[in-house]
Amino acid sequence: MEVCNCIEPQWPADELLMKYQYISDFFIAIAYFSIPLELIYFVKKSAVFPYRWVLVQFGAFIVLCGATHLINLWTFTTHSRTVALVMTTAKVLTAVVSCATALMLVHIIPDLLSVKTRELFLKNKAAELDREMGLIRTQEETGRHVRMLTHEIRSTLDRHTILKTTLVELGRTLALEECALWMPTRTGLELQLSYTLRQQHPVEYTVPIQLPVINQVFGTSRAVKISPNSPVARLRPVSGKYMLGEVVAVRVPLLHLSNFQINDWPELSTKRYALMVLMLPSDSARQWHVHELELVEVVADQVAVALSHAAILEESMRARDLLMEQNVALDLARREAETAIRARNDFLAVMNHEMRTPMHAIIALSSLLQETELTPEQRLMVETILKSSNLLATLMNDVLDLSRLEDGSLQLELGTFNLHTLFREILNLIKPIAVVKKLPITLNLAPDLPEFVVGDEKRLMQIILNIVGNAVKFSKQGSISVTALVTKSDTRAPDFFVVPTGSHFYLRVKVKDLGAGINPQDIPKLFTKFAQTQSLATRSSGGSGLGLAISKRFVNLMEGNIWIESDGLGKGCTAIFDVKLGISNESKQLGIPKAQANPRHANFAGLKVLVMDENGVSRMVTKGLLVHLGCDVTTVSSSEECLRVMSHEHKVVFMDVCMPGVENYQIALRIHEKFTKRHQRPLLVALTGNTDKSTKEKCMSFGLDGVLLKPVSLDNMRNVLSDLLEHRVLYEAM
Amino acid sequence: MDALVAQLQMQFRDYTISLYQQGFLDDQFTELKKLQDDASPDFVAEVLSLFFEDCVKLIGNMARALDQKGTVDFNQVGASVHQLKGSSSSVGAKRVKGLCVSFKEFCEAKNYEGCVRCLQQVDIEYKTLQTKLQDMFNLEKQIIEAGGRVPQVDIN
Repeated sequence: MEVCNCIEPQWPADELLMKYQYISDFFIAIAYFSIPLELIYFVKKSAVFPYRWVLVQFGAFIVLCGATHLINLWTFTTHSRTVALVMTTAKVLTAVVSCATALMLVHIIPDLLSVKTRELFLKNKAAELDREMGLIRTQEETGRHVRMLTHEIRSTLDRHTILKTTLVELGRTLALEECALWMPTRTGLELQLSYTLRQQHPVEYTVPIQLPVINQVFGTSRAVKISPNSPVARLRPVSGKYMLGEVVAVRVPLLHLSNFQINDWPELSTKRYALMVLMLPSDSARQWHVHELELVEVVADQVAVALSHAAILEESMRARDLLMEQNVALDLARREAETAIRARNDFLAVMNHEMRTPMHAIIALSSLLQETELTPEQRLMVETILKSSNLLATLMNDVLDLSRLEDGSLQLELGTFNLHTLFREILNLIKPIAVVKKLPITLNLAPDLPEFVVGDEKRLMQIILNIVGNAVKFSKQGSISVTALVTKSDTRAPDFFVVPTGSHFYLRVKVKDLGAGINPQDIPKLFTKFAQTQSLATRSSGGSGLGLAISKRFVNLMEGNIWIESDGLGKGCTAIFDVKLGISNESKQLGIPKAQANPRHANFAGLKVLVMDENGVSRMVTKGLLVHLGCDVTTVSSSEECLRVMSHEHKVVFMDVCMPGVENYQIALRIHEKFTKRHQRPLLVALTGNTDKSTKEKCMSFGLDGVLLKPVSLDNMRNVLSDLLEHRVLYEAM
Repeated sequence: MDALVAQLQMQFRDYTISLYQQGFLDDQFTELKKLQDDASPDFVAEVLSLFFEDCVKLIGNMARALDQKGTVDFNQVGASVHQLKGSSSSVGAKRVKGLCVSFKEFCEAKNYEGCVRCLQQVDIEYKTLQTKLQDMFNLEKQIIEAGGRVPQVDIN
């Protein structure tokens, strides 16, 4: 026997089993060698693999395992000790590496597992995001649809267009088969089919509003799926073949203006709704999606708003049209009124002229008639005629004035005048009547009353005359006092004190009488037109009743106030009025003697005059008169003295011819002889006590230039002098 | 003070009115008052004093003329009456003037008793007027002394 270092296998060389083992080992080795190759290949391919060195470790382990199995192949037959050594080395290495790998894997496998879970998680997330993306996209699309719809709806303010557009756009967007709108009727008890999409001429179709399905839809703001067989959805004749598509209904609130409060938003507690019904196409298996329902709801809201806008606009357009109509009507009315007023004024003016002309004739001729020889009855008749015609003339004037005053077409004629003189003139005018009735009138002018004022003299005189005249008219006895003063307060605003400025002041005139008096209750009526307060018994005083009304209007024009106070019937009354007057600059000249302040007769200043009178007293009075007028007066008491003193400087000679006889007239002749040239000769005026024709004739025959009746009043003398100097002759001053 | 002035003024006014109403004065007197101003402040007083002097003188003349019983020169009396009439009408002494008118008629009718009677009446009349006017002037003075202004009494 050979001694070899071979190692005997343990098992007998059973050929079949060994063969299988041999093949298996071979394949295992191949597999073990190819695994790392695969690993390397695929790892190289992948971008990232964090556990590279684990791979190495694993590769080593596998390779060694493969090597082990490969070497195992040689151990099936007798093999040398080297092979056994290599085998053992390989096995030991493999054991080491595999243990190391096993230990390593304990760390690594959890990691790998968690990677897997993360991957799963991310995949889930991705799916979720996808879903959400899908949702957002649909929402965005819905929004786009709504915007477009809204744009379409709101681009018009016409109600019908709005509704039609809504239906059309909804139909298009949602691909509906039919879309309909039911509006509540006026009574609110029924819904009427107002608009449909496909049918051009909707039948006048109504359903009662109290149907359960309708209540259901109205009860919520959401779109509600309803049965296609409900009355609101049965819009077309149903042909049995079709399977009706799903139907959805939504309420459309009809908002009223009053819903929009400033502070709170419109509550959806409005009672009125319209119903919008949408039908999907039949035969399609389409269903209502949530986003479509949302779209419908949003559209319904928008439609509500658009409708209210349209309603508001309609309303305002209607109001505007109404206003324009009214405007036109008012304009027409105004023009007609103006025409009427103009016509009336023209009429009044013409009638006034036409009426005054005959009036003048009547008055003038009656006056002339009065001057002639009349029997007492005739005189009475003429006087009555004259009185009546004067009354009528006054009435006409009053009416014309009043109508012009009421129009506001009367304007004050402002001018400068002497206030003191005005009052005296008025008194002079009233004197005759007062004398007849034995009513003394006193005038009291306040010391600070300006003399020269700016105002409407004629109208002021009219007012004062009216009031004083009333006082005289309605007083049977007693005295009348007229007081004029400057008032410090504006009676219209008693708290407001008017400081008389440099340019204006308020004149107050009080006329107090002790006559019939007025019942305090009647006082407000006094200033109304045509009203008179006295009973029929005292009606004899006449008058039209317009006087006070006109006075009041004039006073108002002068920015003043007029009122009457009375303690009662029989206790007299006081009429008071305030008017605003301007102060004239002429009053600022102080210290000018009165005689020269009268601008009309400035030519008297220094006029040299000779007065001849035997009677000392009357001589003095005449001299005083002329001095007052500013003349330079020389007095003589006899004709001789007169001739002696007289010179060509004397412009006027007043000679008293009261003495009987003709001696005084001789002086006139002597003067004529002395002054042959006419322009040098002074004017000769006779002062005499009687004015009959014989005296006048005598004066004229003796060459006198004028005759004056003694006693001469101041005004008379003034007028006479100015006339004399103007005309160089005077025979009217009687 | 103002109350006193107002009272005096009222007194003055009433007194003056009464003189007019009783016929002592007429319009001419008013005219006379108008001639009184700052240039001639005592005009009225001067004229009136002249008038009363005249009265005294003329009445004296007339009395003397009428004393001559049997040979009364009615022309002279008439002349004096004429003068008096002129004077009285110049100052506005209404009653005096009225009396002078009737006096003149008596003179022309040469009615002795009538003239004498008239003369007596004229005498009384002018004296009465003088007293009354004196009272009026006193009131005026009082008003001025009290610091007020004499009111203008413009009537008839």
